[in-house]
Amino acid sequence: MKTLYLLIPLAPLFGAILAGLFGKFIGRAGSHVVTVLGVAISFVLSVIVWKDVQAGHTFNGSVYTWLETGGLTLEVGFLIDRLTVMMMLVVTFVSLMVHIYTIGYMADDPGYQRFFSYISLFTFSMLMLVMSNNFVQLFFGWEAVGLVSYLLIGFWYTRPTAIYANLKAFLVNRVGDFGFLLGIGLIAAYAGSLDYATVFAKRNELAAITETVTGWPLITAICICLFIGAMGKSAQVPLHVWLPDSMEGPTPISALIHAATMVTAGIFMVTRMSPLFELSDTALSFVLVIGSITALFMGFLGIIQNDIKRVVAYSTLSQLGYMTVALGVSAYSVAVFHLMTHAFFKALLFLGAGSVIMGCHHNQDIRYMGGLKKYMPITWITSLLGSLALIGFPFLSGFYSKDSIIEAVHASHIAGSGFAYFAVVAGVFITAFYSFRMYFLVFHGNERYDQAPPDPHHAAHDDAHHADAHDTSHAKGHDDHHEDHGGKPHESPWVVTLPLVLLAIPSVLIGFFTITPMLFGDWFGGAVVIDAVKHPAMAHMAKDFHGASAMAIHGMMTLPFFLAISGVALSWFFYIKRPDIPAAILKAAKPIHTLLENKYYFDKFNEVVFAAGARVIGHGLWKVGDQVLIDGVMVNGTARAVGWVASVVRLFQSGRVFQYAFGMIFGVFALLTLWFNRA
Amino acid sequence: MNSQLLSLAIWVPILGAVPVFLLGSERRCLVRWLALAVAVAGFLVTLPLYTGFDVQQGGMQFIEQLPWIPRFNIQYLLGVDGISMPLILLNSFITILVVLAGWEVIEKKQAQYLGAFLVMSGLMNGIFSALDGILFYVFFEASLIPMYIIIGVWGGPNRVYAAFKFFLYTLLGSLLMLVALIWLFLQSGGSFNILDWHELPIGMAPQILIFIAFLMSFAVKVPMWPVHTWLPDAHVEAPTGGSVILAAIALKLGAYGFLRFSLPIVPDASHYLAPMMITLSLIAVIYIGFVALVQTDMKKLVAYSSISHMGFVTLGFFIFNQIGIEGALVQMISHGFVSGAMFLCIGVMYDRMHSREIADYGGVANRMPKFAAFFLLFAMANSGLPATSGFVGEFMVILGAIKFNFWVGFAAATTLIVGAAYTLWMYKRVVFGDVANHHVAELTDINGRETLILTLLAACVLAMGLYPFPFTEVMHASVDNLLKHVAVSKL
Repeated sequence: MKTLYLLIPLAPLFGAILAGLFGKFIGRAGSHVVTVLGVAISFVLSVIVWKDVQAGHTFNGSVYTWLETGGLTLEVGFLIDRLTVMMMLVVTFVSLMVHIYTIGYMADDPGYQRFFSYISLFTFSMLMLVMSNNFVQLFFGWEAVGLVSYLLIGFWYTRPTAIYANLKAFLVNRVGDFGFLLGIGLIAAYAGSLDYATVFAKRNELAAITETVTGWPLITAICICLFIGAMGKSAQVPLHVWLPDSMEGPTPISALIHAATMVTAGIFMVTRMSPLFELSDTALSFVLVIGSITALFMGFLGIIQNDIKRVVAYSTLSQLGYMTVALGVSAYSVAVFHLMTHAFFKALLFLGAGSVIMGCHHNQDIRYMGGLKKYMPITWITSLLGSLALIGFPFLSGFYSKDSIIEAVHASHIAGSGFAYFAVVAGVFITAFYSFRMYFLVFHGNERYDQAPPDPHHAAHDDAHHADAHDTSHAKGHDDHHEDHGGKPHESPWVVTLPLVLLAIPSVLIGFFTITPMLFGDWFGGAVVIDAVKHPAMAHMAKDFHGASAMAIHGMMTLPFFLAISGVALSWFFYIKRPDIPAAILKAAKPIHTLLENKYYFDKFNEVVFAAGARVIGHGLWKVGDQVLIDGVMVNGTARAVGWVASVVRLFQSGRVFQYAFGMIFGVFALLTLWFNRA
Repeated sequence: MNSQLLSLAIWVPILGAVPVFLLGSERRCLVRWLALAVAVAGFLVTLPLYTGFDVQQGGMQFIEQLPWIPRFNIQYLLGVDGISMPLILLNSFITILVVLAGWEVIEKKQAQYLGAFLVMSGLMNGIFSALDGILFYVFFEASLIPMYIIIGVWGGPNRVYAAFKFFLYTLLGSLLMLVALIWLFLQSGGSFNILDWHELPIGMAPQILIFIAFLMSFAVKVPMWPVHTWLPDAHVEAPTGGSVILAAIALKLGAYGFLRFSLPIVPDASHYLAPMMITLSLIAVIYIGFVALVQTDMKKLVAYSSISHMGFVTLGFFIFNQIGIEGALVQMISHGFVSGAMFLCIGVMYDRMHSREIADYGGVANRMPKFAAFFLLFAMANSGLPATSGFVGEFMVILGAIKFNFWVGFAAATTLIVGAAYTLWMYKRVVFGDVANHHVAELTDINGRETLILTLLAACVLAMGLYPFPFTEVMHASVDNLLKHVAVSKL
């Protein structure tokens, strides 16, 4: 079995290496064959492992000892339990879909092999992250997915916006990792181990400790530090700023990395650490409040976006906030449940958006779409299903997970749960509004695809393309049919629509079939630990749960359902019935619009305070510290002496300094020997 | 156990340099291959030091002892432990790369150039294996000469100034060390044996004086803030090979000195002054990180980044726990690979563009995709990405620091952000983007020789990142010994 576990991450790694290093050799087709095959193997093996785990065979063991020092034994190893295996299924399935989709989406891109190499490398890293049985490997996977994300956001590395976005993403994530590493350091210092099982076994001892230097309760400090890491990776306010910009990357990776898998690593990590988080109500409240803010305020931003991918990106931020809220109320299994349903329907929405972008000849502005259902039927139907799942329409997967989150918050009494309840309920309305705003603007209403103004970005892109016509290996961008710009939209090829259909199926069904075992059965076994006395939310919910059908029928009579329906209705009214109203509101509420347009000024603040501030400090230290104080004042005398010695010594230079030097070294030895040894 | 391995490690490259010098620069082809053969031989003779090393034993191994100047009881005494042995291997390995790096680009006096590096290599092996104070001092000072010449002859336009700054800074520092060595000789009743000095009881006041004397010498070499300003100048003017040796090996001499002299000879002073050392190390990590951020010259940027990374080494030493010291040692070796690789990458670009200014670049990836991939790996290693060697040492030191004091760990861990910021911002401006100008447009990708050098380094960086166990395995016993020794007061 251990060989099997090992094969699951290594198969995509192998594909990545083949496509990356030998891409020229095996060609484009060769590259997608090896990478798709690699991921397919790991998906099939994950299913086998899932069956095996269902049969009760969990695994926790090491592969090799990475490092041994100062009493710490750090190993590379796997923990295969019910939580892991669920993540493995989600990651490998979505990744497989995205691999297939990419064959169509990137068909004309000169960086085809490189792209496949990156997404397979990502799959490897993500699997290492979820399969880890210790903090070091977790951190490895954590940073490795960050690296691949960096590479993929900047995939079109000649675009200034892309390389700005990828640097930003990496650095903001590093801020999170800074906290994460401190958390790991505290665990190592006080638990003397970085192995999950060993640390969890000592959790009650840890809970009693006060950190000696800072005087903080140790467990709270650890949990908040770890959660800061999750805030970076899972894009929680205020470390969310990188995710919208990450849309600069090609759409398949927005689906795979920036919606379905990598950004949920933080949610997974906190769930994995539930034995620790359960011991600190302070940390849980912190998690809850951050999650609520993200869920509510990022949703507002989705309303005013006109770029199809950015709408989906803000909805991702908001949904990540929902998951974080679930963590905060100790409903870990609900968070992971939403993580899973979200992975399917959000990957679907992103891939659908990508299909729309292809169909509209690389126009991303929803104001210049409209009426696409006629031209792109498969994309239309699947996107509708995805949107319904997202807004939590009863019986669809998103309904079960989102309603469970709302219920869990309602049942919780932890500090901050009042605000959180308001945020998640209000969020339902907002989600429905912006999701269907996009849906109506894209698929219904007047056809506006021919009204698109010539996009300056695209024009520049075009120029580069043509200038490089003689040197095709360096042309970036992926469509060779610019002449069609503004032409009729068209449905995408089957490699693109097949993944849409395959993702639509679980988006619709998976909630109905898995809610009972996942939330109220023993699906996660011992992987999730809840202190039922202090945090009884899950227990309350179990009491009120009478099966998936009953829940959906009951759901049609609750506030969230009405909010969702009114959100859809309002967006229909605004964008189909009376398109003049939004413009009027815009005029009336200018200050709010400006605030939203500037994304609450987070980016401006970071640019002015942190980015510019760091450069000012750097300049100050360099010019004043190094050059004036140290070199100028301290070393001035020496420096003058240098000049003087130089002028003297220069007289003795004959030009053959090498023989000189050699002579000097031997001379020193010889002289010392002779002189000291004389008589 | 009287083997000749350490003598071979020292004298094979030095004596091998003689025919290289004698051949002269007219026969370029022959000279290069001969120099390469000597460098490879120099590396091969050090391999038995690793394979034959007894990891259980914390004391000195491969000891060689001959009287040198009996009148003053000065001996030709060599030996290595788990602290110095990896440094000898690193040095001999890097020498091969440096010879390869000077293959085509050095046009003037190539024989002397390559010979100087071979001599340098032997001398540095001497420093790492000398167990006699005077022998150490002779090697330590002698190693200045080839480096001085390398910068002064093959360096940039301002090379003479930089060479003198380098020479004087380090020479003045080490004069105080000589005084300390002589004092120890007198105090110990006539022994220059460093291991004897380890056992020598010394009062607190003289301990502090001796610590400061050694500090003057070693801090300049490391270099520690505030005696670091010679390094950026030296790097900027030095030829690529000189920068590689300077960063990869020469900086390690100072750090090594702390472990061989300061800590075991004056343990009480080391403990007493540890807060100062930790503060200086943290200043190096943070202050220098910010300074690196605003550099416009790539070599200066990497030079400052070197100082910042060496701050981790001194920090690891003075938190006095095993994970800290071993982390510092790992960081020393890793920094040898990574900073060496960074300077080589800059050298690759400099050879083509004759500029080190970031502003002159942009879009290099369009013309040099293979190079861009290597450069990215090393840039990531420089930012401490897991699975590269750059992560291991920093990670260990940060863990050790948090164990020692949370805020010290907190301050050290900021390098995660700042280090990534200066490295990747530079990478972005140089490698990504559209082709910036016609010079960049004319760039050609790396050739076979450059690929070989960078592949070797990439293999080391990844191997050490993925499996650091064998590197630390050899250190355990010696570091353990050292910590036990340092824990006992000499008062």
